[in-house]
Amino acid sequence: MLRFTRDHEWLRMEGDIATVGITPFAQEKLGDLVFVELPGVGAAFDKGAVAATVESVKAAADVYTPVAGEVIAVNDRLADEPGLVNAEPTGNGWLFKMKPADPAEIDALLDEKAYDALTSAA
Amino acid sequence: MSEPRPAGELKHTPLHALHVRLGGRMVPFAGYDMPVQYSSGIIKEHLHTRTAAGLFDVSHMGQIALRPRSGHIADAARALEALLPADILGLAPGRQRYTMFTNDDGGILDDLMVANHGDHLILVVNAARKVFDETHLRSHLSAACSAEPLLDRALLALQGPAAEAVLETLAPEVSALRFMDVRAVTLLGATCFVSRSGYTGEDGFEISAPANVAEPLCDALLRHPAVAPIGLGARDSLRLEAGLCLYGADLDETTTPVEAALDWTIGKARRPGGERSGGFPGAEIILRQLGGVTRQRVGLRPEGRAPVRAGAPLFRNEDDAAPGGVVTSGGFAVSLNVPVAMGYVPPDTAAPGTRVFTELRGKRLGMIVSKLPFVPARYKHR
Repeated sequence: MLRFTRDHEWLRMEGDIATVGITPFAQEKLGDLVFVELPGVGAAFDKGAVAATVESVKAAADVYTPVAGEVIAVNDRLADEPGLVNAEPTGNGWLFKMKPADPAEIDALLDEKAYDALTSAA
Repeated sequence: MSEPRPAGELKHTPLHALHVRLGGRMVPFAGYDMPVQYSSGIIKEHLHTRTAAGLFDVSHMGQIALRPRSGHIADAARALEALLPADILGLAPGRQRYTMFTNDDGGILDDLMVANHGDHLILVVNAARKVFDETHLRSHLSAACSAEPLLDRALLALQGPAAEAVLETLAPEVSALRFMDVRAVTLLGATCFVSRSGYTGEDGFEISAPANVAEPLCDALLRHPAVAPIGLGARDSLRLEAGLCLYGADLDETTTPVEAALDWTIGKARRPGGERSGGFPGAEIILRQLGGVTRQRVGLRPEGRAPVRAGAPLFRNEDDAAPGGVVTSGGFAVSLNVPVAMGYVPPDTAAPGTRVFTELRGKRLGMIVSKLPFVPARYKHR
């Protein structure tokens, strides 16, 4: 099940590992991506910290961590294929995986219905 | 993710309904609601323009007719020369020239095209500067000319290797135009002003059309399979690859034509020893700079894949604390699949191949000074 932030990141829990990406709404708004800067594996972030940067032809946008935790993997394919984020934002276009420090933070994220309401109002 | 800014009250061009019909993503630009892209996206639009033909709405730009009160075009040309360093008296009927209004410090107030239409001149100026430019013209040239904005005309650009073949189907005579020629051409029964010019580095045309034929004309052009509508996003990435300046980014009131590497636009007649040497605002400074400047515009290629955007500092050495220059345009060269930028550096680091440094997300990054344009121009000089 996907959870969402108000800043248009998504998070998917599998076991105790969270995969993070940007939402279809966000990639659509940014347009064609040409570069993705990912965090280093092992880096630890507070909730809401800048962990990645996605850049379209026009502009750069920061990606914030939905929850606090340690990065355990990054999507290396994006170095050569940043367009994967546009094509499959919640699939092969994922950005990084992390080990959440506090599972309670995940419960505080938006569910799909709440996120859809947020983006349809925007 | 960080959020883009909301829009305010926005003007529409005569093609607004067409943009919406074509699925354009509308954004505020210079006070207008304009398409930044259509559904295919900036990368496809950019590549389409380089390989076929792209159709752009640039109706937000200002078109201003300068008519001499005496009826003699030379009087309008002479009056206009008091505001800019180009040779306008030497501009033949049916020809167009790129130039810039300067201020007393030699800075650039706007960059523009001037076309000689026989008995009058037509100026095409930047959208964000058109109100200023009209006032500027009226306050300086009223004795010699009237300056009237052509408010009921749209401006289209058809750019790319297929542009000629497409426009020829509506008006065969356009194939006779060379780069920077301009002619009155009848398109769909309406008198249009067609120039062989553009802002992409490609061969192509800019078409000034009466507002009421703008949409049917676009529809006629878009019926050709080679033609796709192109938004402002690709317009910007195309002009950057072509090494062309954007006013407000690469040019402003604090940069001079010589610093901007636009000294080629200063007419021979306006230079020291020329028949009408000087006589434009800031002439003393600008003409002196022909002998050397303290900074100049160059092309830059960032090392790696990350775009370096406007405003990024430029350092001579990797460990310098104080920047020696600045990036003024930066993004992604879609045709080359690498990031590119333009910026200002001191002359001793301006030679192509020189390595300078910027700072990106707290880290120093090398950038190689590169020749402009990044993508060779394909103008039809014949």
